[in-house]
Amino acid sequence: MSRAEAAGGTGTAGRTEAVPAVGRRPRTTAGFLALFGNELHLTFRRMRTKVLLGILAVLPVLIGVVVKLNTDGPHEGGGGPSFIAQTTQNGLFLVFTALAVALPVFLPMTVGVVAGDAVAGEAATGTLRYLLVAPAGRTRLLAAKFTAGLVFCLAATAAVAVAALATGAALFPLGEVTLISGDTIGLADALLRAVLVAGVVAASLAGLVAIGLFVSTLTGSGIAAMAATVGLVITVQILDAFPQLDAIRPFLFTHYWLSFSDLLREPMYWDGVLKDLGLQAAYVAVFGSAAWSRFTSRDISA
Amino acid sequence: MTKAPVTGDVTESAGGPGAEPRPAPAPLPPASPTATAFLGSDDVIRTRGLTKRFRGGQLAVDGLDLAVPRGSVFGFLGPNGSGKTTTIRMLMGLIAPTSGVATVLGEPMPQSVATVLPRVGALIEGPALYGFLSGRDNLIRFDAADPTADPRTRPQRVDTALERVGLSAAARKKARAYSLGMKQRLGLASALLQPRELLVLDEPTNGLDPQGMREIRALIREVAAEGTTVFLSSHLLDEIEQVCTHAAVMSRGRLVVQGTVAELAARAQGRLVVRTPDVARAVEVLAAHRVTALVPGEDRVDGEFGERDDEALPELCAALVAAGVRVHGFGLERGTLEDAFVALTGEGFDVAG
Ligand SMILES: Nc1ncnc2c1ncn2[C@@H]1O[C@H](COP(=O)(O)OP(=O)(O)OP(=O)(O)O)[C@@H](O)[C@H]1O
Ligand SMILES: [Mg+2]
Repeated sequence: MSRAEAAGGTGTAGRTEAVPAVGRRPRTTAGFLALFGNELHLTFRRMRTKVLLGILAVLPVLIGVVVKLNTDGPHEGGGGPSFIAQTTQNGLFLVFTALAVALPVFLPMTVGVVAGDAVAGEAATGTLRYLLVAPAGRTRLLAAKFTAGLVFCLAATAAVAVAALATGAALFPLGEVTLISGDTIGLADALLRAVLVAGVVAASLAGLVAIGLFVSTLTGSGIAAMAATVGLVITVQILDAFPQLDAIRPFLFTHYWLSFSDLLREPMYWDGVLKDLGLQAAYVAVFGSAAWSRFTSRDISA
Repeated sequence: MTKAPVTGDVTESAGGPGAEPRPAPAPLPPASPTATAFLGSDDVIRTRGLTKRFRGGQLAVDGLDLAVPRGSVFGFLGPNGSGKTTTIRMLMGLIAPTSGVATVLGEPMPQSVATVLPRVGALIEGPALYGFLSGRDNLIRFDAADPTADPRTRPQRVDTALERVGLSAAARKKARAYSLGMKQRLGLASALLQPRELLVLDEPTNGLDPQGMREIRALIREVAAEGTTVFLSSHLLDEIEQVCTHAAVMSRGRLVVQGTVAELAARAQGRLVVRTPDVARAVEVLAAHRVTALVPGEDRVDGEFGERDDEALPELCAALVAAGVRVHGFGLERGTLEDAFVALTGEGFDVAG
């Protein structure tokens, strides 16, 4: 009976020391943003993220060394991308070469891993339910994941670009840059263009982040989501290679990816780049909404 | 919602095949006598007709009417697979009910997660942690997820929570290197990051050593003494008896009974226990004196004595002695919650299909 009576006194009795007030606390902007910061922290604390960025940074070094060895050897030229020939004259071009090589395969693969695992990985380990009862808010959590995905795109592109610049500077001469259009610009100008190009490349991956997040909300397995996202990137690029599919090719999210080279003309030719960015925005809108509607209505039973 | 439907459940839902319980000795008093309107009560958790049918047809929770009074330590009891975790998931807005309604802290769920859950601490189906983060960073992450948590007080609150569960020394260790008990403690710490009005703990002592169990139970009592209502699921009957003021019993997705622990235990009739080396003789005498359901054991006999007047007990003892039974011990043993559970469900504590 004593227990039942103890239940009657609704806890007004008890410890006399000051207990922080129980009750409603206001939402604050700082509190709201904390999850975004923490999500970034979490993403870049992962060993996996560091390894992926490391691989991306090694890639330009390999390209640089191969180009260097080839040009030193007897047979110059070859049928490589047009940038490669330029690279031997100017190390800065290694940035564009490396980005052009990384963009179709390596960059989207890393982005696919990060975005695909974003929600599914947390569902698999069960941490998702603790975030949701915190309560993170499903929309806010998805927004934080998307933001972290975009920041990863920037970091991944930067890893390629910075490593390429360092390698290029070490192996090849730096100086004035002769553009595709034949004009010549100064080194400072060329560096600015490199930054611009890297920004465009990072933004080109935004659509893929949204797709990856959507896939991630569909399954409770991080591995499955990563594999599906990466598989999708490869499939879409294969489709993009078929001239018979002309009707749909302009709508594939990879279609305008390499249009960044148009920014290496004088004057810069923005048409393809703008189409690319517009297409990415459309993918973000469509797959972002799909991910949102799926995630906000889904049972979290893992 | 008054008591009547709940008492109805006692006969109704335990009425599975061969599971007819004894009639309830007396209807339990209402969990909240004044509550007439569903939303207007002071119950911290209230559900009406809460039902969850999973895709694939599994009926995990079936028409649950639960009322958890403010200030109680409420034991949510049931065998494996009886729907405890599923109920908690619905209460926490993680899964949507198939039908029925649930309110937590007076607000409907899952619609009000944003305003309700900052005031609720929860441990659901064991802890889940980021193995590559330290225990402390895990708590920082979960705290950052709450938009009402003040970032300025975060480090201090995290440290306090770690201290409360006895993890201060292991705070900087990676969570993947934690033992199960340490993980469980860290999960509890995340539920205690803020002062809470309600603590929902799904089998909080799972995986803990006896000392750890005692510590966690002490912690639960301490939190309850601060005024926090504690909703505790368990399949450990003695755990519920030790820490809870109220309890509800689930069986195959249905609520079998709810009430105060004292009332529930009182439903289990006490048994007469005679300790003697002369078991066979004692059984004869007891049977002659209308003691039923006799169970002879090694140096003991127990049976149902039923409701009799005060003189009956000494008379029976005298009769045993007169018959030459060497009585080493003689008395009524109070019913346990386990007896009550078996009486209510008419079944043992087995997994339902
Ligand atoms: N996601 C799911 N999909 C389908 N069925 C489920 C799902 N989750 C639980 N169930 C089923 O619902 C029933 C209740 O499960 P629940 O986890 O709520 O039981 P419980 O009382 O918490 O058991 P335990 O004591 O073992 O934790 C079980 O029969 C289980 O198989
Ligand atoms: Mg469970």
